Amino acid sequence: MSAIESLRETFRRDQTWPMLQSSQANVNVDKDVILYVEGLNLSFDGFKALNDLNLYVNDGELRCLIGANGAGKTTLMDVITGKTQCDSGSVFFGQNHNLLNKDEAAIAQLGIGRKFQKPTVFEAQTVFDNLELSLKTDKSVLPTLFSRLSPTQIDRIDEVLKIIGLEQHRFMLAGALSHGQKQWLEIGMLLAADPRLLLIDEPVAGMTAQETERTAELLTSLAGERTVIVVEHDMEFVRSIARTVTVLHQGSVLAEGTMDEIQSNKDVIEVYLGEEQAEANGAGGDA
Amino acid sequence: MTRLKEWFSSGRSTGKHTMPFVVILLAITFLASAANLYLPEDSALYVSTYTITLLGKYLCYAMLALAVDIIWGYCGILSLGHGAFFALGGYAMGMYLMRQIGDRGVYGHPTLPDFMVFLDWQELPWFWLGMDQFWFAMIMAVLVPGLLAFVFGWLAFRSRVTGVYLSIMTQALTYALLLAFFRNEMGFGGNNGLTDFKEIVGFDLQADSTRVSLFMITAFLLAIVFVISQRILSSRFGKVVLAIRDAESRSRFIGYRTDRYKVWLFVYSAVIAGIAGALYVPQVGIINPGEFSPINSIEMVIWVAVGGRGTLIGAVIGAILVNYAKTRFTAILPDAWLFALGAMFVFVTLYLPKGLMGIYAQLMAKRKTAKPQKSEESQA
Repeated sequence: MSAIESLRETFRRDQTWPMLQSSQANVNVDKDVILYVEGLNLSFDGFKALNDLNLYVNDGELRCLIGANGAGKTTLMDVITGKTQCDSGSVFFGQNHNLLNKDEAAIAQLGIGRKFQKPTVFEAQTVFDNLELSLKTDKSVLPTLFSRLSPTQIDRIDEVLKIIGLEQHRFMLAGALSHGQKQWLEIGMLLAADPRLLLIDEPVAGMTAQETERTAELLTSLAGERTVIVVEHDMEFVRSIARTVTVLHQGSVLAEGTMDEIQSNKDVIEVYLGEEQAEANGAGGDA
Repeated sequence: MTRLKEWFSSGRSTGKHTMPFVVILLAITFLASAANLYLPEDSALYVSTYTITLLGKYLCYAMLALAVDIIWGYCGILSLGHGAFFALGGYAMGMYLMRQIGDRGVYGHPTLPDFMVFLDWQELPWFWLGMDQFWFAMIMAVLVPGLLAFVFGWLAFRSRVTGVYLSIMTQALTYALLLAFFRNEMGFGGNNGLTDFKEIVGFDLQADSTRVSLFMITAFLLAIVFVISQRILSSRFGKVVLAIRDAESRSRFIGYRTDRYKVWLFVYSAVIAGIAGALYVPQVGIINPGEFSPINSIEMVIWVAVGGRGTLIGAVIGAILVNYAKTRFTAILPDAWLFALGAMFVFVTLYLPKGLMGIYAQLMAKRKTAKPQKSEESQA
């Protein structure tokens, strides 16, 4: 970057200097957009995992990300949550929080929760403890050492237990839960943290049809109050929840729109949907 | 109702063994001390001073095992260098005891310890200054291991070094210190270490009453450290520590800065090891670089493994039992001890992954399940 460019970068009129911002400031969503991803590039040993990716997600939206294996869905989540450093580009949470210079913990404390592909809960601890750990509180060392559960917090945990249907298993070790229940507990842990933005990676993998249905219900009920981004392979599931779908292909956005638009999009048919499309047409385009 | 919920919410409260443990520990301490001080030597119940000192030594080891268990059993950080913190605490105490000798040394120099006179040093190195004050030496016994653990932990955990790599680094740390302390120029007595102590805060170290007092202080401190550790580990901090052990990246993604938790737990553990070292030295009467040897640090891990890692009581019991076995074994078959130790470790890893406390938990679980069945049978 030449001197004049970096000078321009320094005096960009749409940004405040980082040192003038409080890291605790509320997320600014005046423009109705909660997540700005712009010009993101990332390559692993020459393989371009993300290629000039641009994505905007509105506040309160339920967005589905689909794409073939290696399209960059999980990598994108890794960058947003601070697990992976990107080569260039910018990621802003609201207008005022630059996520690229924050670590995982800071990003989580801003209110971005993430659920992994493989359910990871704290197996040696009870369901209750799992939820207690994920409550939205001061998470630095000393306050945690002297913290006590307040009645409000206990109510919050009870509420979450009810939502995820694990009230009966409150004192069971998380390791003893079934696979589907672990998925739910993990979603519950996200809810207990009271996040603004939820990133959910393959929530229905390994779930029964009934559990899948309940998950879809839960996710749709969350949207509005919170912003939800779901990565999913199960097209049936995506069809049942999505209003807006973004298709990723080779690290960049291929198409964006409603499920119908996506299904009739030529590029998408070519690279991704293929057989699915034919099948959906056969079913009468019920989405 | 909320209070009830709160009580339940602390979950499988690990504190239920604390009170019995403290009571038993203190009771044995009092009885043994009284039997030493007030019974005549030919009485059948007389406890010799040798035994008292031995018991005191075991309790120091127990405290050290507690420190290893806190970091390994609860946080999954296998430290193979805890001997370093133990020895540093010991050296701080040793330096104080050395200064207390005063002019009663072989060379009779008023301030310089014998080995410095022997090396023809003219004045006390700066790091020996102030060590003639008991309080200062005790602060150092806690501060130096704590500081070393902080610097080491800060560097290692921030760079996210984990698992075997971390274990090897801790091993290297204690080995480096071993080599450093072997050097005469370091000013810690070289390979002879510090010994020939006379008195501690004015009391003769050879006297029975001093020995008994040291033993009792060790037991008290062990009880206090045990209770405090139990409190810490059953707080939410402890839950975070367990969470880090089981799924560190998950803990990061729910907002905990896991490196800071690990650093502070490591420092706490090192401080306990330092205290154990400071209590150990006046009872055995010597501290030398041998305490830094990597083998010692590995032995500590075996105590914890035998007793059952992840339970504080297991660590204490493991340390006492293995060391008792060591005392007996080395008296009968000195050469066979290392083989026995190795065999014990292999056996425990293969058949008792949860150590002796694991067997105990299994027995308790069996009794619990056996009882309802019986009552059902009697009803039928």
